[in-house]
Amino acid sequence: MRYAETGYNLEIDLTRGSIERVATDPRDTELYLGGLGTNAKILWERVPPEVEPFSPDNLLIFSAGLLCGTPAPGCNRTIVSTVSPQTLLMAFSMMGGFWAPELKYAGYDKVIFRGKSPDLVYLWINNDKVEIRDASHLKGKGSGETAELIRKELKEPHAQVASIGMAGENRVYFASIEQGRSSASRGGIGAVMGDKGLKAIAVRGTKDINVARPAEFMALCKEVLEYIKFRNENPIPGVMPILAGLGSPQEMKIHDEKWHTENFMWGNSRVRRKGFWNDEIAKQWAETLDSMRTRLISCYNCPMKCGATITPPGLPTYMMKCFSKLTYTMAAYSDLAFGLEIAQRATEYGVDGFSTPQVMAFALELYENGILTDDDFPGMPADNEGRFYWLLDRIVRREGIGDVLANGTYWAAKQIGKGAEAFAHNNIKKHEQLPLKLSMLNPIYFLMYATGEKINITQIEGQFPQAPFPTREEREAFVKDWFQVPDEKFKQILLDWEPRGEKSMPYYPTVDMCCDIVDWQERMHYIDDALGMCAGLSSFPLKPPYHIHNYPKFISAGAGIDMDEETLTKAAKRYRTLIRAFNIGRGMRRKDDKPPENHWKKRFPELEKELLDAYYKLKGWNEQGIPTKETLLDLGLDYVFEEFERREIYSNSEGAPSEDASPETAKN
Amino acid sequence: MGEKKKKIVKSITIDVEKCNGCRACEMICSAFHATPQYSSNNPARSRIRLIRDPLRDIYLPVYAGEYTPAECMGRDKYVIDGKEYDECGFCRASCPSRDAFKEPDSKLPLKCDMCEDDPPQEKPLCVQWCLNDALIYEEREEEVEEDVKVEDVEVGLESMIDKYGLEKVMDTISRMAAAKRS
Repeated sequence: MRYAETGYNLEIDLTRGSIERVATDPRDTELYLGGLGTNAKILWERVPPEVEPFSPDNLLIFSAGLLCGTPAPGCNRTIVSTVSPQTLLMAFSMMGGFWAPELKYAGYDKVIFRGKSPDLVYLWINNDKVEIRDASHLKGKGSGETAELIRKELKEPHAQVASIGMAGENRVYFASIEQGRSSASRGGIGAVMGDKGLKAIAVRGTKDINVARPAEFMALCKEVLEYIKFRNENPIPGVMPILAGLGSPQEMKIHDEKWHTENFMWGNSRVRRKGFWNDEIAKQWAETLDSMRTRLISCYNCPMKCGATITPPGLPTYMMKCFSKLTYTMAAYSDLAFGLEIAQRATEYGVDGFSTPQVMAFALELYENGILTDDDFPGMPADNEGRFYWLLDRIVRREGIGDVLANGTYWAAKQIGKGAEAFAHNNIKKHEQLPLKLSMLNPIYFLMYATGEKINITQIEGQFPQAPFPTREEREAFVKDWFQVPDEKFKQILLDWEPRGEKSMPYYPTVDMCCDIVDWQERMHYIDDALGMCAGLSSFPLKPPYHIHNYPKFISAGAGIDMDEETLTKAAKRYRTLIRAFNIGRGMRRKDDKPPENHWKKRFPELEKELLDAYYKLKGWNEQGIPTKETLLDLGLDYVFEEFERREIYSNSEGAPSEDASPETAKN
Repeated sequence: MGEKKKKIVKSITIDVEKCNGCRACEMICSAFHATPQYSSNNPARSRIRLIRDPLRDIYLPVYAGEYTPAECMGRDKYVIDGKEYDECGFCRASCPSRDAFKEPDSKLPLKCDMCEDDPPQEKPLCVQWCLNDALIYEEREEEVEEDVKVEDVEVGLESMIDKYGLEKVMDTISRMAAAKRS
């Protein structure tokens, strides 16, 4: 008997229209856990570097995490993995909501799609009954609209639906997969879904999920709930409100716009507006949010309330979470009401809330600078807000300039030429980043930006405070009940860390300390992504209820796999290294491991080199960032080493250029 | 009808405004009632169901009540604060008209038992797991007429009899009993 997981995947070949239920190897669960870990294994085995993102041979994997569907609070994430059309590397975007547990209750851990359907279809999973159904009547429909229509047509109000909007159908490189209050947005996975002719996956499950040692597992869950209660009542002093509590940053709940509007960048991640905020704006924006926000809502089995239902005047209700609250507002130099209104349309179209506003601001910057001209924008309104709506409509339909912009700033700039590349300035590995520009290098963030293969800072950071506490007393108070640390040494680092002077950034924490901090933070995220745990209760916030000390117990009692901190750390390292290897196979090298050039004004090239060298070493990668033979063999990834040898990866240390043509232009 | 007796009445106050829609109540209810306890969970077996429709702001936890062999002739709709509550409104019955409050395999009816346990739970599990206080547990003493307690098995059998007739059920039971003995 399998515990926590079901032991079955669904294999769907969309070209042939075939559906198979395949038993999985329990040994893979021990080695790669589940979710992201086993997704990475499947992608490594079945999607070699030659496979293009829009090839029928590219896989699109929807996976529940190992502990999804167990009583573990907040464990509800779906991990979607494929090859990204934008970065040409592995994309693994995640969504909360209700989909993953429902899949488990239906009796499956993953749904693996290959091939392409000639006509638009959707998949309906109803326990043992699985069918591919016609979706031609859903073409062009919004993501939320699609979900509603499917539930109605199936007469199944309890079905959970993940769907794409028009952007995914038209293979926009930053198209998302939407699912109720949640979305898997980053890396253009919605475009791969659209390319496969798959409009949606609806799932309903009414079977049991078992745990191995019930009493023990429940005791662990109760501890977590108690600690959540404690943390809700005891926010962390001395940090900004959205970081003081648990959950995703509480953007829906808290009126924190002052901080973001004055510290993040406006427009195409260019302009910082110090002194923007005033009483009148505060009053007006608070009114906007309070009047449009109907309710704070959660994902499956989670007491937090990180999302909200939003009803802009005259528009349908939609669901929002986190920082997309302000991305459109700030890209368009507008106000909160505009941001919440356009996000309604953007959510129905199914686009990423980070990349999309930036792409549009980028287009307008090119226009202001004469690189794009009136000829490129026939009929575009004169006002900024109107322009954003106009651009959004063209991008998701790939009409005119929208067809170019739909490839994201990196590929669009290449296609436009005439110096447009300089305006695509906020990317890492071709992927648009948070609009943030700062003054002095932060060595911890440098490492995370440079090496994070989620290519998205908010999904890498966490655990360690972002800035030192000013006084010794505050630091002592912070470390007093900081039991989440994997090693006592982290407490000492924090105690000694000063805002100014000898023990301050960028030289303190020291290179080795920075490497350890980043390694810890990354490890926790990778564990979450295999278990299906929301980062908001684990790797993202300070002092979370899940940590390296209770996770092994959760896995042991839940899945019945013997696990201690060391085994778990090694498992996480195994699939983290496998993802690195997958991307190395696709040409990624040290040259790609870098933050946007202008992320910090004051850079320290020597220190940065030292940081990267030391971090690679800690990770067991060579100076090009390639996992070494010793590392691979130690992790039992012999098959990766053999493949590296066969492909002469170690001698081809420059990697592939991988920059010639985007998948979209290559097809033409 | 029994005699008048003092009795502890257990009640759960449901504050729909506080519900965040997470369905932890469904999950933990099904886990508590699993055999062995907590060995599995399955919200479809839950004795509390959250009627949830985020786009219309409907969040309504409903507890399983009595089994009924026949559905009502009419369907109620409640409109409260401009929101229309359907799915037979606030009805707690395990009824042929809907899937809720039936074992998904056997279709036998389910009923909330306030998590009776030995030793007793401090509060029903759904209340324990609702950190948002949408479910508040209260006990009060009341004078009530004591009814004969109907056992789970009896409720189940009654529904089988309604469905298949007494004779068929008895036949089946004697055949199964004979088979088990041999």
